[in-house]
Amino acid sequence: MVIDLTSENFDKTIKESDKLVLVDFWAEWCSPCLRYTPVLQALDEEVAGEAVIAKLEVDSASDIADRYEILSIPTTIIFKHGEILDTFVGIKSKDELKKRLGL
Amino acid sequence: MKQIIIIGYGPAGISAAIYLKRAGIDPFVIGKDHGSFSMGHEIVDNYYGFPEPILGKQLILNGLEQAKHMDIKLADESVIGLSEDVSGFIVKTEQHNYHAKAVLLATGKRRLSLTKPGFKKLLGKGISLCATCDGFFYRKKKLALIGDGKYMLQELSHLERVTDDITIFTNGQPLTVDVKQPVVTDPIKSFIGSPKLKAIHTTNGSFDIDGAFVAIGTPSALEFAQTLGIIMDKQNIVVDQDYQTNVPGLFAAGDIIGGKLQIAKAVYDGMMVAESIYEYLKK
Repeated sequence: MVIDLTSENFDKTIKESDKLVLVDFWAEWCSPCLRYTPVLQALDEEVAGEAVIAKLEVDSASDIADRYEILSIPTTIIFKHGEILDTFVGIKSKDELKKRLGL
Repeated sequence: MKQIIIIGYGPAGISAAIYLKRAGIDPFVIGKDHGSFSMGHEIVDNYYGFPEPILGKQLILNGLEQAKHMDIKLADESVIGLSEDVSGFIVKTEQHNYHAKAVLLATGKRRLSLTKPGFKKLLGKGISLCATCDGFFYRKKKLALIGDGKYMLQELSHLERVTDDITIFTNGQPLTVDVKQPVVTDPIKSFIGSPKLKAIHTTNGSFDIDGAFVAIGTPSALEFAQTLGIIMDKQNIVVDQDYQTNVPGLFAAGDIIGGKLQIAKAVYDGMMVAESIYEYLKK
């Protein structure tokens, strides 16, 4: 399952996981973002247990989006123990995402 | 409703059109410039069947002539928008709106529209290529919209919904449409700010802004990709073995899918994608 992050559980999720956490910053009004969902779901099924796949809706958690200065979506950030390991804008393929997760 | 619209009339687009036509499907081809042969003096001396070097532009014109002989419908128009609707796609040109069940992107590869200092670094950090994706981040903020024609006007209609404070920068080009916003025609010198965009410097002054949207000339395949949510790998559109993107019914061929940037490869792509489009439309 792709985890839905909120302002409340965001820090805990990215810091306390011993696995890499991939977060998709998205919004309802961003139609291209919706194309990313099936890619992330397929990725999640493949890497279940090896990495955490999550998404964060930028309007309801604007404090988090502001902290990472998200100004273009979809933006993807990969976290390791709460630190940014990789970040990119736009939609990548499942295989490319796996590569970036080192899987 | 058209069966298939091909955007781009270079070697990939016209080859696809020829093979589709022979298979009994009427393609509609829209194109405007000559892609990487636009300068007019690029020479091709490695393509099969031409003992003397030929002008790239001439090869494109020959291809168009060939298509006309085969009764393929061609439209000499600039595509300024591509969107989905329930039955397929809407291709918007400066003159018309066309509907089609499937679309082939064969636009070739164009360099990024602006190569000014700071542009690449601030792309995604205050500079955006997609008003529908990023407009809402700039509610009530001070925006620059860079462009001079109908494509710019279309992006303006999105941005007007999020802020009243928009300045048009034509980057040295004459403005070809009417706008009620202030217009700066001086060429842009650089984009300033770190980590986020703060200002645009022109040859004549500095303008403080929160964000800049780019809509120069006509959109490139990269800009279509951002608006539709097409999977990209670096500057290439990602397609499956059938030349289909992650958007069903949207195909891509030629330079924009990467690989060898050669006419021979673009022609091969055109032939192969025609087969996939044929199968897709039959379903």
